[in-house]
Amino acid sequence: MKKNQDAAISVKENRALEVWRQFRRNKGAMIGLALLIVLVLVAVFADVIWDYENDIIQMQIGNRLAPPSWEHPFGTDNYGRDMLARIGYGTRYSLLIGFVSVLIGTVIGVPIGAISGYVGGKVDNVIMRIVDTFTIIPSLLMTIILVSVLGTNLFNLMIALSISTIPVMTRITRASVMVVRNNDYIESARAIGAPTGLILLKHVLPNCFSPILVQATLRVGSSIISAAGLSYIGLGVPLPTPEWGALLSASKSFIIKAQHMCLFPGLAIMITVMVINLVGDGLRGALDPKLKR
Amino acid sequence: MLKYILKRILTIIPVVIAVSFIVFFIMDFVPTDPAVTALGDGATEEQLNYYRETHGLNDPLIVRYARYMAGIFRGDLGTSYANQLPVWDLFFDKFPNTLRLALASVVVTVLLSLPLGILAAVKENTWVDTVCSTLSFVGLAMPNFWLGLLLIMLFAVNLHWLPSTGAAGFSSLILPAITCGTGNMAALTRITRSSMLDVLRQDYLRTARSKGQSERTIIFRHAFRNAQIPVVTQIGIQMSTLIGGAVLTERVFAWPGVGAFMVDSIQKSDFEVVTGFVIMLAIFVSLVLLLVDVLYAFLDPRIKAQYSRN
Repeated sequence: MKKNQDAAISVKENRALEVWRQFRRNKGAMIGLALLIVLVLVAVFADVIWDYENDIIQMQIGNRLAPPSWEHPFGTDNYGRDMLARIGYGTRYSLLIGFVSVLIGTVIGVPIGAISGYVGGKVDNVIMRIVDTFTIIPSLLMTIILVSVLGTNLFNLMIALSISTIPVMTRITRASVMVVRNNDYIESARAIGAPTGLILLKHVLPNCFSPILVQATLRVGSSIISAAGLSYIGLGVPLPTPEWGALLSASKSFIIKAQHMCLFPGLAIMITVMVINLVGDGLRGALDPKLKR
Repeated sequence: MLKYILKRILTIIPVVIAVSFIVFFIMDFVPTDPAVTALGDGATEEQLNYYRETHGLNDPLIVRYARYMAGIFRGDLGTSYANQLPVWDLFFDKFPNTLRLALASVVVTVLLSLPLGILAAVKENTWVDTVCSTLSFVGLAMPNFWLGLLLIMLFAVNLHWLPSTGAAGFSSLILPAITCGTGNMAALTRITRSSMLDVLRQDYLRTARSKGQSERTIIFRHAFRNAQIPVVTQIGIQMSTLIGGAVLTERVFAWPGVGAFMVDSIQKSDFEVVTGFVIMLAIFVSLVLLLVDVLYAFLDPRIKAQYSRN
């Protein structure tokens, strides 16, 4: 028994190593990963790099709407605050919102999709009709409605975004579970009388891991964009919090006088999402060689 | 075929019932009081109570829901709390603008994505392909509303070529349509490319080539026609999200559409409008998806045969 377990662990280790080897070959994915690590470090140590009260919130009216310079590479905003500091600090919110909302959506969506795909029949039918209903309501609208019902703050924004992630994760899990469940080893697990929950956890879900992980990674990017959009219309993180969408929202009144205010927060969103998508594409290629082009 | 369409239209009814129940249920959690929204902060407790009683706001959720649903089938979506106009009229006042923007955006997307996608597939693994996929990669990561702001900056503020906001005439449609259209470009280019690649590897194309047909005939008559289904599906999905999801673009350009009006209504706590609009949008989204399925039949005789069998 002990020997078998050891063998299983080493197979897993080999698999992880193999995925890493494949991932490392993809130059774009490696650049993405390196930049993502930098972004995460900036987000984690934002408090150390910048002083929230002095650098981020404190107004310096004498220095309003200054264009980019050596002192302020991204210029200053309408209250004279350094845009680089505000955007840098904002990394924290965007990454937090993106990752946490997708994590919650995945934790809820995957079991529902797994049950739907594995059990099939009436259960599947009912679950999928509910998922369809949620899909019919455009997801951004759904998020807007949920935020307006829950109230606008960081936590509620994450909850609302995670609820629109659930149907996506449910669908992808269901689809891959339906493929895996027909394999012979699942049949034999069932034949020796293993309980359904155990089969799902130990045999089905581990084999559906790749598409779920890839989808979740790519979803982080779209959640960051949605979150910024909600803050832009005043339903996300409120000012003076330097969330990127909120920064863009503030920039609109100064679109004639201070175009740098609009340029840099948008670039920050775009680059972050691109970095995450690069990692996602790299994972897709490494985990599923068939999908590589 | 006609039977199939009728059957599909009937399936929209349970969808509408489900969507409206979910929306109704969610809206029940709203902490604001519709009576206060309608009468203002100055209203006395008696006035508020009278309003609640006459508008049936004190009834249990299920009773209000049943009454609401009975109304929908008569074309009655209730009255806006904020300006006392029928929600139905408000919706059809805004909807043509949204539809106009959605159609224009789809045209932009198709004009950009199909050539790019086909070109990328035909020139697979060359620099053309790399440029096309880089473009769609960047497009995928670009927040739509930011692109809108950049376009305003360039074409309205700096160059003074086009109006930045409003919906007066064709010129004001251009920037919003490009904003929505290029946002969707990434996905459609990718799908066109991959479905063209699938088709280009098929044996019958080799046959066509060996018969000596020109490359152009092969690509457009033989390959693209068979790569259309996923492309049409994607266009349908985009159309349906544009109908309800152009909220941000409408806000950026002050475009008087359904989405911008809904956000305004949310900010005014006018939830009667929000509920009615979401239900109407769900109906139109379902209709677009139905239209896509019907289009399949025209594009592919095999699917038509399948519809007639069922």
